[in-house]
Amino acid sequence: MLPRRTKPSLWSGWQIVLLLFWSASALWAVAPDPAPGHGTNVFSPASSPAKSIKDLSVFVLVITGIIFLVVFVLLVYSVVKFRGRAADAGREPAQVYGSTQIELAWTIIPTLIVVVLFLATARVIHAIQDAPEPVGAMEVTVIGHQYWWEFRYPKLGIVTANELHIPVSNPDHPTPTFLQLLSADTDHSFWVPELAGKTDLIPNHPNRMWMDPQSTGVFVGQCAQYCGIQHAKMLLRVSVDGPEDFAAWMRSQQKPAVEDSAAIAGRRVFERNACMNCHAVGGTSADGRFGPDLTHLMSRATIAAGAAENTPDNLRLWIQNPKAIKPGSLMPAMQLSEADLNAVVSYMETLH
Amino acid sequence: MSSNVITVPVGQAEARPWVDQLHQWLATVDHKRLGILYIGSALLFLAVGGVEALIIRIQLMHSHNNFVSPGVFNQMFTMHGTTMIFFVAMPVLFGFANYLVPLMIGARDMAFPRLNAFSFWLSFLGALLLYFSFFGGSGLYGAGSAPDVGWWSYAPLGARAFSPGHSSDYWTLALLVSGFGSIGTAINIIATILCLRCPGMKLNRMPLLVWMNLVMAGMVLIAITPLSAAQIMLLIDRYLGGHFFDTQAGGSAVLWMHFFWIFGHPEVYVLIIPCFAFMSEIIPVFSRKPIFGYPVMVAATVCIAFVSMSVWAHHMFTIGMNSYANSFFTLTTMAVGIPTGIKIFNWIGTMWGGRIQFKTPMLFSIAFLFQFLIAGLTGIMMAASPFDWQLSLSYFVVAHFHYVIVGGILFALFGAFYYWYPKMTGRMLSERLGKWHFWLFLIGFHLTFDVMHIPGLLGMPRRIYTYEPGRGWDTLNLIVSIGAFIQAIAILVFLTNLIISYFKGAQAGNDPWDAWTLEWSISSPPPAYNFATVPTVASRRPLWDLKHPEDPDSRYE
Repeated sequence: MLPRRTKPSLWSGWQIVLLLFWSASALWAVAPDPAPGHGTNVFSPASSPAKSIKDLSVFVLVITGIIFLVVFVLLVYSVVKFRGRAADAGREPAQVYGSTQIELAWTIIPTLIVVVLFLATARVIHAIQDAPEPVGAMEVTVIGHQYWWEFRYPKLGIVTANELHIPVSNPDHPTPTFLQLLSADTDHSFWVPELAGKTDLIPNHPNRMWMDPQSTGVFVGQCAQYCGIQHAKMLLRVSVDGPEDFAAWMRSQQKPAVEDSAAIAGRRVFERNACMNCHAVGGTSADGRFGPDLTHLMSRATIAAGAAENTPDNLRLWIQNPKAIKPGSLMPAMQLSEADLNAVVSYMETLH
Repeated sequence: MSSNVITVPVGQAEARPWVDQLHQWLATVDHKRLGILYIGSALLFLAVGGVEALIIRIQLMHSHNNFVSPGVFNQMFTMHGTTMIFFVAMPVLFGFANYLVPLMIGARDMAFPRLNAFSFWLSFLGALLLYFSFFGGSGLYGAGSAPDVGWWSYAPLGARAFSPGHSSDYWTLALLVSGFGSIGTAINIIATILCLRCPGMKLNRMPLLVWMNLVMAGMVLIAITPLSAAQIMLLIDRYLGGHFFDTQAGGSAVLWMHFFWIFGHPEVYVLIIPCFAFMSEIIPVFSRKPIFGYPVMVAATVCIAFVSMSVWAHHMFTIGMNSYANSFFTLTTMAVGIPTGIKIFNWIGTMWGGRIQFKTPMLFSIAFLFQFLIAGLTGIMMAASPFDWQLSLSYFVVAHFHYVIVGGILFALFGAFYYWYPKMTGRMLSERLGKWHFWLFLIGFHLTFDVMHIPGLLGMPRRIYTYEPGRGWDTLNLIVSIGAFIQAIAILVFLTNLIISYFKGAQAGNDPWDAWTLEWSISSPPPAYNFATVPTVASRRPLWDLKHPEDPDSRYE
């Protein structure tokens, strides 16, 4: 007579469901982003560092996946096969204390796996971190502020904020961009997942990273290291431009601010109030550095480090009451009169 | 073995006035009562930290949600992390160690009973200090505020320039005070194990639980001290004009990171090794076999302790260390996987050929093995430092360490609760509610933390109070939040079970699980003096020898 099973094999069923669920979610993540434009998926790289990271991660995923399957099968097998049965009641199984051979095997095999994984990883670390900077590479100094990004191009004399422009890199003649990472206050981290892994911006501790994007478009990311109350809205946009577009952008950014006599009233308000203590407008007496440079504000798609679109209404709201867009932002509410507010917004709109 | 079984008849202990009873509990130096105090306070803060987690999850249910302000959100994740690590996980594990270690080595108490009480009350005071910040965090300026600098309080965010007021001082003092408590307990555990073992209990006959708590206590001594030092330096920076971490005066933010993580990473093993200990007791009993490879299990534990002291900077792969440092910490971190893998294999080896009984403690243990395996493998992924440049500081990391702390540590703890509750109270926990608790928690756990890996891979950073729509994170976060509520329901079932079974549970008797270690040889709950006559042991499983005189373990060891 067959022994009656004391337990249905619900267990294995459940674990298989969990496994399927797990693999389905993994596939969802690995599947290419169907949306046009660039997302933030670490598995759709567009630049060499991100690509070599992806290749390494697929390798690591495969190895860990195999380990998972082997151990999982062993676990499920022993749970199902060695479950207690009613017929065994009162009898104890054979008392086994261990086995030197088996234990040696499951020490040595994992050690070998670790060696392989380590060598593969060390190669990628070296390839990314110790890459020499070629002559003619674009250099940008990135300075993290509570809660916005300052970008300075020392060789080009350009200063801008929150939206980084870099040239696309042709794989045959790479023109990578090297970022020097600094911080003006707390720790931040520069993370645009499809271009490169993240690197922190730490005060008193300059860091460096590089990227050579091979397709144009806007890549998004955001600050990844907790930096204070508005860490969430310290967003990043990297515009990768074709050679002509980049040259055009460069020329327009190198000019001083547009002087439009129609906006002179707004400029007066700007310079008479505290605005100019924190913001710079090239070619005028405003040269503050606590806030973003506004010389070419209208060339940017967003304000408040990506928290709002750059529209006249948003600009107005932002100047009047920054907390409405970004509570905790260090920009004070300026308490301007209605007329002054309108004038300043008109002035901002001339800063192309 | 000559342990006399003393059963205190029910009703013999006279009902005392509640003031007397309260006084007895507050002034107790009995390791069992202190153990229960540790566990009780941990359960209280588990509920508090759980509510904080639910607030976080409600806020993140969809993009641009306004359930709480950014300031409150930042306080919630700071308090959640600090509470769960320092005032839930550590006390509950110290509680079990306190309760079980003397019983398992045949001792009548810990080596230093009054230090034991002092340590508990220090750690409890630490928790009260942390929560007092809600009232006193802003000093005399009015309403208080909890710390909002994150549970690792990176410099210079914790400096006075960026964290004015006193809320982060309460965080510092709470960790400092409870840290002294932890050091006291660690010294006590080590002294107890080394000096108070009963006759015959040689080091290589100690139950694995005792071995692993010995290793854990040693690690506490090494790991907590740098944290305490760093907290003192931070106080000097904030109030005495020091510049250790004050970057604006030439201090080093990276120095704080090193101090914090040379505590922080061994801390993970301080928490997980006692859980390995629970597994090493529960799995053999419910498989009806001795642990597979006892000497290797001990060696692997000691090995993990040593290697885990040299892996801390894998929390710092993104701070711009050079390629040699990154390679070194990649290697050491991957190497920890070897002894940890050995343990998983040995537990499976214990089940292999056994007769597995699917009681609630064993269900939690099997789920532990499954989840700890995945947690280890995602750990290997992040040990590959370039992969970590993408994953670090993202929701993938949050999912990974919750897989360790909830899927590993909490599941093991639930197993331990179901296994030792009968010894502590004399009543069995309800198996029926236990199964409900197990399955609900399992479903909630996987819904939350399996799915949580994906927004990380899709570029979602941690510690953001809200996120932009259109990045593919909305649905995933909603699922994660739903899972969190299912887990909360499961915890309520568990707490209900603890309370109902205390009054209505079946009588446990001395040895409800037919187990083999010394605590099961005495009554449940044990008398104040534990053992009427100090037992003598001849093997690792003294009760097996007693129950199978024809085939004792002592013949093979």
